[in-house]
Amino acid sequence: MISGAEALIESLKREGVTEIFGYAGATICPAADALKRSDIHYTLVRIEQNAGHMASGYARISGKTGVCMVTSGPGATNLITGIATAYMDSIPMVAITGQVESYLLGRDIFQEVDMTGAVAPFIKHSYLVKDVKQIPRIVKEAFHIASTGRPGPVLLDIPIDVQKAMFEPVYPDSVDIRGYKPSYKGNIKQIERAAKAICQAKKPVLCLGGGVISAHAEQEAIAFAEASGIPVVTTMMGLSAIPTEHPLYMGMIGSFGHTCANKTLGNADLLILVGARVANRAVLAPDQIGKLMKTIHIDVDPAEIGKNVSTNIPVVGDVKQVLLQLMEHCPVAQTQDLETLRARRNKELTRELPTKTGYAHPARIIRALGEKLDEHACVSVDVGQNQIWACKHLPQKNGRFLTSGGLGTMGYSLPAALGAFVADRDRQNVVICGDGSFQMFENELATVRNLGAPVKIVLMQNNVLGLVNEIQHSSYSGPFGVALDHSPDFLKLAEAYGISGGVLDSDGEIDRALDVMLSHDGPYILCCRIDPDAKTGD
Amino acid sequence: MKQTISVLVENQAGVLNRITNLFSRRAFNIESLAVGVTDDPSISRITIIVDSGNSVVEQVEKQLNKLVDVIKVRTLEDDKMIARELLIVKVSCTVKTRTDIMNLCQIMGAKIADVSPNTMTLELSDTGDRLELFLSLLRPFSILEVARTGLIAVQKGSGKM
Ligand SMILES: Cc1ncc(C[n+]2csc(CCOP(=O)(O)OP(=O)(O)O)c2C)c(N)n1
Ligand SMILES: [Mg+2]
Repeated sequence: MISGAEALIESLKREGVTEIFGYAGATICPAADALKRSDIHYTLVRIEQNAGHMASGYARISGKTGVCMVTSGPGATNLITGIATAYMDSIPMVAITGQVESYLLGRDIFQEVDMTGAVAPFIKHSYLVKDVKQIPRIVKEAFHIASTGRPGPVLLDIPIDVQKAMFEPVYPDSVDIRGYKPSYKGNIKQIERAAKAICQAKKPVLCLGGGVISAHAEQEAIAFAEASGIPVVTTMMGLSAIPTEHPLYMGMIGSFGHTCANKTLGNADLLILVGARVANRAVLAPDQIGKLMKTIHIDVDPAEIGKNVSTNIPVVGDVKQVLLQLMEHCPVAQTQDLETLRARRNKELTRELPTKTGYAHPARIIRALGEKLDEHACVSVDVGQNQIWACKHLPQKNGRFLTSGGLGTMGYSLPAALGAFVADRDRQNVVICGDGSFQMFENELATVRNLGAPVKIVLMQNNVLGLVNEIQHSSYSGPFGVALDHSPDFLKLAEAYGISGGVLDSDGEIDRALDVMLSHDGPYILCCRIDPDAKTGD
Repeated sequence: MKQTISVLVENQAGVLNRITNLFSRRAFNIESLAVGVTDDPSISRITIIVDSGNSVVEQVEKQLNKLVDVIKVRTLEDDKMIARELLIVKVSCTVKTRTDIMNLCQIMGAKIADVSPNTMTLELSDTGDRLELFLSLLRPFSILEVARTGLIAVQKGSGKM
């Protein structure tokens, strides 16, 4: 006989779990106790939300399901932002929360919240575990659901008495969930229709979303674009699916995207959407697209098709599979004007940037940073102007670009980078963030030290919630509640955590400052003084 | 346009909540909803009526299919389903009016479920329109209480979900 908690940890090990991010509390103590006796590595965060973000960063780099574990009540509610962020970006995650005694559920006892109810609108599936005997099956199902089809978070809410209950576990080898059978192969008829439409197109465009990355289909997507001669754009979540230098790549679409990418999309006669939901930020009026051009939509989630953009040819299936199937038909488009597009793209990328004394220009910093980064570097980017600048100006090589594209959660970047570090300790690891977002995760500098992560933080310091400030200037009666007065001296703060750093306040110093940062042995914070009036379009 | 969606689900706690959540977060109104276990005790059938356009219903169907607890979803076409609601209605009566009410019951195929010296409780299972008609015929006798279920339905003919 073993306890439910021991069976939980054993089940996690059987799923190949080697890392858990978490925060302790009374109702998760039995599981913590079993975890202590296992060889699974545990990372203690400084607030539960970041256990979610770290599990997310870990999942995105390792290709495995990220696991986070927190206590009931306030621990669980603190995790909610992490779960919602993962859901919106389709990240495979298993979140484990402690819960009060099962026989006291519903009585509002100390630290009880209805967690399965609270997260219902933004979770792929959830289990309230009431019978200890079900633990092995439920864990197996949870990992299957989180990692297959369209990935997403799954919650296991486990009452403390269930964790403590003793039983004789039987571990299943396989799962069979009658209501959950994701499709992998695309329908042959639809593939043929898609191939035909491609051959007829004169101005086709291939739009890659985050689904391409989560399906590990980057190579197939690029091979398909090359073979069919179709220019490529990406959504924000699709960034890093294709290198910036690629001659077919026209940039990121969207209200904050590249002009060239938006023009390529706007003038197209055929849009091939791959693993992208194209929400309102990606395309200003998604519902108009269907009227302007023919659309092929390839997605593993049937519910995405026709949700935002009306679709002529839907293909449901694993993006990698479908692209391979499509390539068997060798469709070649009659693409026109590729040279014009390329010229426009180059002009946009090499645009002259202004200089202002006392400040370094964000685009110039990011361009230079991209040049200096390793081929496979992982860059985690926060939310705000810093994010837009990074999306637009960071040259992508063959590394990874992590950001919270779906929910736009400030404070995502550093915890995600730490998860990425745990997944791959040898990869160069860089964070780009704003001074607002930094103050949402600064408590995790302790975790940076705990993990010994040599993460390099490029802090865009403009003393303002820049993006909101910009919106308030352009569309409202002016700034309100966005000045970040009395922010700390970030270098002193870093020093308090035993982390080194430097200041960058002129364009002339960019190269040197970045070289110092990148060659520093250990974590480093580079405070870049940014003009508070700088715009995302600058 | 009113459409009837039939959903087979795992007969478990929390499933109904997930389904109604899916409607409420998109601000879709549910006109009627009925739940009951099927011949297989591990499966329940939920019959939902929504009043929305085709694209909304298609999206609802897809979102329902995404739920792990949902086994099958089908939108039933009006002329290809057998659909019924159940009505229980209590009317006041006197010795004089009792026979009139009994006549109405006979015409409409309703049953008398209960009687007391000054009330009669009637039950009728039929389509929504017919229940409305029955209620309007009873109104002159003074209706005291009405209870109606949501609609339940299956496909006509030998086909099943
Ligand atoms: C958790 C959270 N709260 C609020 C917002 C709204 N928001 C979007 S961008 C932004 C400003 C970010 O400021 P900062 O981190 O300094 O970046 P900057 O825009 O200045 O580069 C805010 C407040 C958000 N996205 N996430
Ligand atoms: Mg700022």
